[in-house]
Order: sequence, then C-alpha cells, then structure tokens
Amino acid sequence: MQLGRVVGCVWATVKNPSLEGYRLLLVQPLAADLKDTGKRLVCTDWTGAGAGETIYWVRGREASIAFLPGQPPSDSTIVGIVDTVHRAVAKPAKPVRQKAEPR
Amino acid sequence: MLIGRVVGELVATHKHPSHEGCKILLVQPLNLDGSNRGDPVVALDAVDAGVGDRVLVTTEGFSAMTAVGRTQSPIDMAVIGFIDQIELVPGVA
Repeated sequence: MQLGRVVGCVWATVKNPSLEGYRLLLVQPLAADLKDTGKRLVCTDWTGAGAGETIYWVRGREASIAFLPGQPPSDSTIVGIVDTVHRAVAKPAKPVRQKAEPR
Repeated sequence: MLIGRVVGELVATHKHPSHEGCKILLVQPLNLDGSNRGDPVVALDAVDAGVGDRVLVTTEGFSAMTAVGRTQSPIDMAVIGFIDQIELVPGVA
C-alpha cells in the first residue's frame, strides 16, 4: 500500500461492463513528508474520497478484492482516507557501550 | 520480502473494514547498508511493531493477508517480523 493524494476524477463512458458503477480517481503518490513522488495513476475508489484528500491505496490483485462480491478489473484501489500521519522523530544516536576495563 | 524501518503511523477513520483494529505503519525500505531505498510504503502490522523498529515486510497479497489473519481483504503489504541481525557471508555477498 502507498500514500497518495486525490488530484482529480476520470470519466470513461465506454468501458468494460464490470467496471460500471465504480468511481475512478486520479491519484498522486506521496512520500512520507507528504510531498509528491512518482507518476500519477488512476485508482478505483472504495472510500468515496474527494479531491485534495490524503488517502492510501492498494495495488495488484488485492485491489479488486476490496469490492467483493463485485470483481472490477482494477489493479489499484483507494482503501482508506488518512486523517494524520505520525512521523518518527529522529532518534538520538545510541551511546557506544565501552568495555569495562579490568581492575 | 523487504527490510525496512518503521518511520511512522497512519490514522485513518474511514477505511476498509478489513483494516479495522490493525496498526497501519509507514515503513521505509532499506538497503543493506542502512540507506533509504525508494519511497516509504504503507503496511498493516502483524507483529506489534513500533516506530524505530527494523522489520521484515512482505509485499505480496496472499502472505500479507494470512499474516494479518484476514483472507479475502485488500491488503498487499504487512510487517511480519523484527530483524535482529543480518549476516553477510564474506566472499559470497
């Protein structure tokens, strides 16, 4: 799964009948600092996300499993809307443990 | 599978029901020298990992689903173990 931001909608009037009724959204993948990374892609939408929302999406065979019992021919699906990302604060370096000198 | 470090946690109120009750972790894949390898990924937690842990991440659906214990759900990545040590065999690696 990967972070992303919804940047647009895709309409397709003529499409495979098994794709009927599914929303198609344009997603910009994001890095951990929520900055754009990589190329945009089209995802089917399970959540009902809107433009500008941060989401996470799943790719591969699992993308169509989200819609069971429906099985749209999709390879990427938005499965969650992200409220916040808690990022790790950089850890201070561990002190090097020194061998105790024999007395 | 990938070697990665947990760098954060996601909070998502509206998500697929199969993800309820699972921690959603942000994992940065690592090279063997510890440097970052590409962009971080989002993985469900199957071992109770936390921020800062060095972990093993599966990047394929079936193994991720079974690790989390939820088959037939849209999960393609899961944290499935902690890495204690990596040993490279000199002369081979």
